[in-house]
Amino acid sequence: MSLPVRVGTLLAGFLAVVGGVIFVVIHYLLAGPPTVDYSAGVTPDSGQTVSIMLQEDAQNTVTSHPDWVSYFIKDPKSHQWVHTTLFKVPAGTTIDVTILGYDGCTPLRNPFWGKVTGTAGDVENVNGTPVATLNSWGSCSVAHTFSIPSIGLNVPVASPTTLKENNSLCGTSPCTSGPHTTVTFSFKTPSAPGDYFWQCRVPCGLGYLDGFGGPMQTIGFMTGEMEVVS
Amino acid sequence: MAAPSAQREPNHAIRLGFTWLVLALAADLLIWFVLGPHLPPGGLASQADGQRFDIKVMAVMAAPVMIFVLLYFAYSLVVWRGREGDDDDGPPIGGNARIQTAWITVTSAIVLCLFGFGTYELYHSYGAGAGEGPSPIYNPPGAELTAAQQMAPWSPGKPVVVQVIGQQWRFTYRYPQFGGFETTYLALPRNQWVQFDVTSIDVIHSFWAYQLGVKADANPGVDNVAYTKPTQLGRITVRCAELCGLWHGAMFDYGQVMTLANFQSWAGASNAHFASVTKLLPPYATTYDPTEIPLFKLGKVVKALGLFGAGGGYYPPNDPSQP
Amino acid sequence: MAIETEPGTSTQPGGGVPAGEPAVRAWWTRPAIHTGLIGAVIGYAFGHWLGNYWASPGVGSPAQYQQIPTADANDFAIVLGYTFMVVGWLIGLGFFNDLVLAMLGRPLRDYQLRNGGDTGMARYFRLTHDHKVVGLQYLVGMIIYFCTAGLLAMGIRAELLSPVHHIFSSSAYIEIVGEHGTMMMMLMTSVILGPFGNYLIPLMIGAKRVAYPRLEALSFWLTPAAFGVLLSAILLGGFHFGWTGYPTLSVQDTSGGDAYAFAFGLMGLSMILAAFNILITVICYRAPGMRWGRLPMFVWGILGTAVMMALAAPILVGGMYMILTDRTVQTAFFADQLGGSSYLYQDLFWFFGHPEVYILALPGFAIVCELLPVFTRKPLFGYKIAAAGMIGVTLLSFFVWQHHLFDSGIDPDMRPLFMLTTELISIPTGFIFLVGMGTLWKAKIRFTVPMLFCLAFFFNFLIGGISGVFLSDVPADTTEHGSFFVMAHFHYTIMGGLIFAFMGGCYYWLPKMMGIKLNARLGYAHFWLMFVAFNSTFLPLFAIGLAGQPRRVFEYQRDLTTLNDWVSISSFFLGASILIFVINFVWSTVVVREREIGNPWNSRGLEWQTASPPPAENFAVVPVVLTGPYEYGVKNSPPVADLNPPVGVLTASLSDTQTAGAEA
Repeated sequence: MSLPVRVGTLLAGFLAVVGGVIFVVIHYLLAGPPTVDYSAGVTPDSGQTVSIMLQEDAQNTVTSHPDWVSYFIKDPKSHQWVHTTLFKVPAGTTIDVTILGYDGCTPLRNPFWGKVTGTAGDVENVNGTPVATLNSWGSCSVAHTFSIPSIGLNVPVASPTTLKENNSLCGTSPCTSGPHTTVTFSFKTPSAPGDYFWQCRVPCGLGYLDGFGGPMQTIGFMTGEMEVVS
Repeated sequence: MAAPSAQREPNHAIRLGFTWLVLALAADLLIWFVLGPHLPPGGLASQADGQRFDIKVMAVMAAPVMIFVLLYFAYSLVVWRGREGDDDDGPPIGGNARIQTAWITVTSAIVLCLFGFGTYELYHSYGAGAGEGPSPIYNPPGAELTAAQQMAPWSPGKPVVVQVIGQQWRFTYRYPQFGGFETTYLALPRNQWVQFDVTSIDVIHSFWAYQLGVKADANPGVDNVAYTKPTQLGRITVRCAELCGLWHGAMFDYGQVMTLANFQSWAGASNAHFASVTKLLPPYATTYDPTEIPLFKLGKVVKALGLFGAGGGYYPPNDPSQP
Repeated sequence: MAIETEPGTSTQPGGGVPAGEPAVRAWWTRPAIHTGLIGAVIGYAFGHWLGNYWASPGVGSPAQYQQIPTADANDFAIVLGYTFMVVGWLIGLGFFNDLVLAMLGRPLRDYQLRNGGDTGMARYFRLTHDHKVVGLQYLVGMIIYFCTAGLLAMGIRAELLSPVHHIFSSSAYIEIVGEHGTMMMMLMTSVILGPFGNYLIPLMIGAKRVAYPRLEALSFWLTPAAFGVLLSAILLGGFHFGWTGYPTLSVQDTSGGDAYAFAFGLMGLSMILAAFNILITVICYRAPGMRWGRLPMFVWGILGTAVMMALAAPILVGGMYMILTDRTVQTAFFADQLGGSSYLYQDLFWFFGHPEVYILALPGFAIVCELLPVFTRKPLFGYKIAAAGMIGVTLLSFFVWQHHLFDSGIDPDMRPLFMLTTELISIPTGFIFLVGMGTLWKAKIRFTVPMLFCLAFFFNFLIGGISGVFLSDVPADTTEHGSFFVMAHFHYTIMGGLIFAFMGGCYYWLPKMMGIKLNARLGYAHFWLMFVAFNSTFLPLFAIGLAGQPRRVFEYQRDLTTLNDWVSISSFFLGASILIFVINFVWSTVVVREREIGNPWNSRGLEWQTASPPPAENFAVVPVVLTGPYEYGVKNSPPVADLNPPVGVLTASLSDTQTAGAEA
């Protein structure tokens, strides 16, 4: 082969490789669900209160994994449910959380996580009633949990309790109707900015060993990050 | 080789040997007296201190060896570099039986000494803080290895039993001798032997209490025992040292070594604080199989839904039929 | 690089007479990478469909195999897809052509594939039975795999620039860590045995060919498949359990885990095939006079490596197979609550994994022992002790695996024994240092680029080896295990040892293999940047590990930020040094092509006695070896081999009653 052909082939190969690497990095390694911003217009450490709203669904009809359970977060501006588990909140601020539990009950792997910790008064309100501990083994009571380990927050999210309700859960996500519970609680964000991961402690990765694969380890389904900004 | 050249040449062996002796001695003294007290993992607990001693001794053994090799290489690269225009071959030295024998003898002796030292230290320090499985042979006095023994209330002279439960992605600690409560905070009394019973309820984790000198893998279905004795008051950092999934990197927490009196009042307060959830926990055992919830713990509705174990089992029949 | 060709002769053992003149066909009509890729795509589509069909309700008996029969989560379909993909890839490459022809009773076409039977650039892209072509295929393949995994390492270090701010999500980070680790540990097992072993061993022992050219070719063509399957994990969401793949995490993980286990198992097969070819070639194809006592150290080292591969890799294949069945058909080998044990996997994995570490170290020893005499102009000091060291490492490597499990609670009473065996293995390893230092004594050292890499090998391996002794001591290991200390330790032995030796080997043997010189100025720049950046990258990691940073974390203590930043920036320079090598390699072999036909290093090695690049059958006549390969400075030493031995010597050497008639 002549020199121009060799160099031309070389350059073409080089560009193809660089293009491929950039494509993989952008589309697979850097890709992720969007972040819902609750921090806009709020001054950190100013005593203001931020309200955030999540819902948990038994399945989702918006991804290629229809049988994975999933959280959704409500965008404060558009009031649309977003399929993500990433949200941004201001530092040193009280957060009022509302979680709509559209999923049925599953026992916890470790019943210890049935205790509410880290919220104001160490309680959550289930349909308006304050509750400090839920017994997921003894009764149909817990669907998932909302836990941020590094700030000691653990909230078992209550589920509909009757057999009838559990057998007629909403089938189109994000859910707007169907049997559900409304869980509310408040907690204070830490003053140090950073990413704080949160997770569910109910082994709800159906079909995965120990129930902790699939949605439990995929950001955008049952685990995510709370980004605290100052 | 030719005698005249040997006369003209300096005695490389003596030069090297003397320089090595000076450097090695200096390095060892520095390691022992200057660097040694600052070596990790510190002296908060007996096992950490023992590990620091081991690292120090290894460093003292290693430094002369490293200096010997590096000095020799540096010397030979300078002294025996090929001169410009000299295309001849070097002297054909194919080996030297005396040097080879000496080398093998010395390296073997070092290795056997290290083995003896390591084994003594392992035995002497009750397992060196490493996980020793369910039936350790290196025990401090009073070690208790069955669930029944561990649940007997603590009395002075017995090790404080702390069960470490690894789960994705948090360690929780259970204190069977103090009412069996479970907590996320690791508190330990000073100057008491502590027996960690490390287990997992999902994948493999590794309980690494850095300042205590303890590292023990948390295996599902295995009670992995490790011992340490905190000797100073201070903060403990616990990290997971075995990749356990998505948030392995964020699986850390903190603990505290406190005085015995403080520890006992902390345990009493925690027992009261967690009473509501303690009664929901499975009976204390050395390992747990959460895929089978004890039947008496199951309520009516759960039975009706066919839920007999925590979700996400393996074979379809064992899975909860997610409604 | 057109190699002088001669018509394929039929004097080889086992060779058949060609049925007729080969009709030369255009490259694109012959099986090659492009037909292989077509076969792979068809195979994957078929396997994936089959798996889904099987798992769909009512078809699979007695019940559906997979709980979730949706396409993206059916591990069974993915594994079947991979299986048929590899079969399709091999069919497309033409691996089964001769088999089919033989079954039909037609004459084989393998004369087209034999040494020298195939010419032109295109033969580098297709199945060939020419060990010299396979060697170069391996070389380019290994460089590509190494650079891919190296790029992933740059990603790791970029993420670790900050303890709090994240470039990648934790998921993508673990994915990158796992891809980097697995790609390096599985594919780099063949980084020296593949290119240099396959290419040079026949030349070094005076053979015209290897024993099993088909196995050799298969061992190579499985590596792109393993590489592709492993990378495809990224498309499946990655795998999140590192290169060790401990269950139950690896059984629990999403579909990327299938790619990991399949690729690693496939590479295990490649290792077994490559190893057997080398073993039999060395044992049975040595030229007359090439007694065991004259075997070049490189051959000894590769022989030891092949023994370890042949014995250890089957365990890996078994372990990976069990992971796959656990993931697909729920065999529960490793699920504790169903009667399995994750300890079983840890034993299987490390029973392979620790010999593997020496599979990655021994070729490095082999290259430095081979190169030192050339550049010191002296015989190797203690030939027998060097060989004994390599044999000792090979044997002892099978008795140390549980030192990876000191804290795991597995067999705790055995810890003193494994502490002893682990420390014992430093004795044969130390022999290599004795040999190196003895060879330097009163030498005339020539500081060529390959020699610099050899010297750096000793420096790096010294640090790697000494830190390994710290890890063998159970109390010290309790702090160091699972931390960056271990990570620094094995990067010193593998990257600082194996890869430095590989680079030395490239600069040393490329003139032989391609007849082309690498640019020396770029070579010096590559060496110095790589040496300084390597040490600047990995030395601080010992401190980071002792300070308590576990492996595979994306968040670390704030007070370790400075050290981690230092390491990250150094690692980018290390990456740049590899880039210099790649530029040098491409520039010298594709653009400039400065010819080198003689024996530029004045080496006495048998491989240098024939032309560069060697003719189709290496030697016109099988040579008769007269002396050992390192007789530098020995007065009246005969040439290393008689390349035109008198008629009859060869025949005589094959008879039982006479040993090699080569005592000239």
